Amino acid sequence: MAILHIGSVPTAIISLLVVVALILSFVMLGSHWIRNHIYAFAAESWVIGAISVAVGIYAHIPELYAIAALTVVVRGTVMPLLLLRISDDLDLGREFTPVLRPSTSLLVGAGLVVFSYAVADRIASQLGPIGTVALLALTAMFGLKLIGFAMLVLRSGAFSNILGLLVIENGIFLGSQILVPGMPLLLELVILFDLLLIVSTFGLLVRYLKTFAGTTDTRDLNRLVG
Amino acid sequence: MAWVLLAVAFAVLVLAVLGSAAFRSVTVAERLNAAAAVVFFLAIVPLLWLVPGAGETALDHEILLDPFGVWVLVCLACVYLASSIYGIGYMRWMHEEVDRLHWYYALFAAFALAMFLAPIQNSPGLYWIAIDLTTIVSAFLVGFQRAPESIEAAWKYIVIVSAGLSLALLGTVLFYWAGTATFGPVYSMTWANFAIMAPKASPDLLLVAFLLVLVGFGTKVGLAPMHTWLPDAHSEGPAPVSAMLSGALLNCAMLGIVRYLNVLHHTTLFEDARTVLIGFGVASLVVAALFITRQSVAKRLAAYSSVEHMGIIAMGFGFGGVLGVVGALYLMLNHSLTKSLVFFGSGNMMHAYNSKEMSAMRRIGTWYPFSGGLWLLGAVAITGAPPFGLFLGELTVLRGGLVSHNPWGVWVMGALLVVIFIGFLSHFVSMYFGSEPLHVPTLKLPRLNVAPMAVIAVVIVVLGLWWPRPLWEFFLGIAHHLGGA
Repeated sequence: MAILHIGSVPTAIISLLVVVALILSFVMLGSHWIRNHIYAFAAESWVIGAISVAVGIYAHIPELYAIAALTVVVRGTVMPLLLLRISDDLDLGREFTPVLRPSTSLLVGAGLVVFSYAVADRIASQLGPIGTVALLALTAMFGLKLIGFAMLVLRSGAFSNILGLLVIENGIFLGSQILVPGMPLLLELVILFDLLLIVSTFGLLVRYLKTFAGTTDTRDLNRLVG
Repeated sequence: MAWVLLAVAFAVLVLAVLGSAAFRSVTVAERLNAAAAVVFFLAIVPLLWLVPGAGETALDHEILLDPFGVWVLVCLACVYLASSIYGIGYMRWMHEEVDRLHWYYALFAAFALAMFLAPIQNSPGLYWIAIDLTTIVSAFLVGFQRAPESIEAAWKYIVIVSAGLSLALLGTVLFYWAGTATFGPVYSMTWANFAIMAPKASPDLLLVAFLLVLVGFGTKVGLAPMHTWLPDAHSEGPAPVSAMLSGALLNCAMLGIVRYLNVLHHTTLFEDARTVLIGFGVASLVVAALFITRQSVAKRLAAYSSVEHMGIIAMGFGFGGVLGVVGALYLMLNHSLTKSLVFFGSGNMMHAYNSKEMSAMRRIGTWYPFSGGLWLLGAVAITGAPPFGLFLGELTVLRGGLVSHNPWGVWVMGALLVVIFIGFLSHFVSMYFGSEPLHVPTLKLPRLNVAPMAVIAVVIVVLGLWWPRPLWEFFLGIAHHLGGA
């Protein structure tokens, strides 16, 4: 398995960044103010950009600088601004729809991360000594994925659905920067573009929901059953 | 020659998208779209003869032309042609939307374009992106009518499918990672490279990656229990869109699952992976049987029948072997054609009786002897009764199952097919022979809304009576390539 062969200082730096990204997803899970949620997402994207730069420096993959710049611009700046605009238009302040209290949500999130670690450890044990960074990346990838799904399930505001999906996407992107930094550049670019497209689509559809269905709470979307 | 035709097919779709958006005229857009569909059909069908058996790549190995991909394109071309012609008549009923109707045609062609791009991708990553694009474009088509139900369906569709596809993306990344052990950190992501590296990769990692991909693309295919978006999206969009979603898009997503299954062919996981696929197929049949029996809305009935068909096709590929794969491939085309016919019929009757509910549609044979008769014929065909193509396909899949590693699947499938047959047709018995309707329909159906149904009816009867030998051999080639033989 081609794993980053890097010294202990780079390992520590990248590990730290991954942990920060993971903690930011807990901020999102625990916060019910939409604005804080978006800021945490933006911060997480910047951290992922920093991870790209760090991997680029230590693994000598200069393409990653371009990816990092794009991540910061698209994921860290344009997308949060877009989301802020949508939330202002819809006059969203607070997510009033959580199924669980914030503290319980955080506990659920912790459980999911532990589970992710168990899965990652199982895979890693078969691959032989793969190093802390890869194990951590795998854990963060699965962990962010599950936290994103938890956000989809535990909150019913249409806007929170978008944010949940973005956390999932961030997790995949974070993991792929560390595990497969050599993944074709074209693919990463197209995925970024695709993400931008999908966020715009979501934004448009949320407005339609508000205008034509009269609600942005997905629990009220119960016309179609059976 | 094959590449020229492929380029032509691409070009006409792009022209149709741009033209429809630019001219802002409904008349221009509907003609442009229909013309594009005709040219697209004429460009794609000859590929059946021209495609090299082992597949060929072009454009720096980004584009792949192989028999399986061509077959999915043929299904797409048939549905696109039929629904473009039917759509002209159908969309003229939407007088209130006339100002933005040209957008419908632009989106419709864009939807076909996105689906065209999926089967010809040589990179699993770009294939994923093409499938994601189909979701974005078709969500707008589903929500085109702006009724609360349509918007609700579009929202559920895009959230559930995006969440599902994110799993598939994670699986794709893990597959690529597994390959770095063989190829080093940088290599080109292609189906062929994945198949080369799989036997040497860690089985646990491959298993996780495959399950993620299967659940991810399975969401798009509508395999139960990830099917929940499907009845909503298929029933709330305009009828031509329903036909495209069901007849063309599901096949495009199934192609991804089969290609990933093929990646595992020489690994120890192959049998388990096939059994899991059969498990999803059985789940889909169970869900379809339950919801078909208790259904009250005409288009949702057809939508659950799509879940059923995708379940059977998944089981065909899961059984594997020559017969399983050949049967599944034959089902793909027959599903596309028959499902379009049934959705067209539902769309016509919805407008004739001014209701989505089957309880409002009564004595259809009295008021619409010809088009109603075609719809009934489609309903009989869709349940897998002879003498229609779906019957031959299902029979072949069942035969394939008997000689597979999972013969139990055959008995479950047989029993559920009987339930679905009875459940589906009992609705049609009430619609054709029930009491007098409350409102007598007066709508006269335009020719454009009936002609495609008649043509499809003829084709599915022919395909049910005669399985062309060259087509059988074409399938054998694919089955051989997919490790069936």
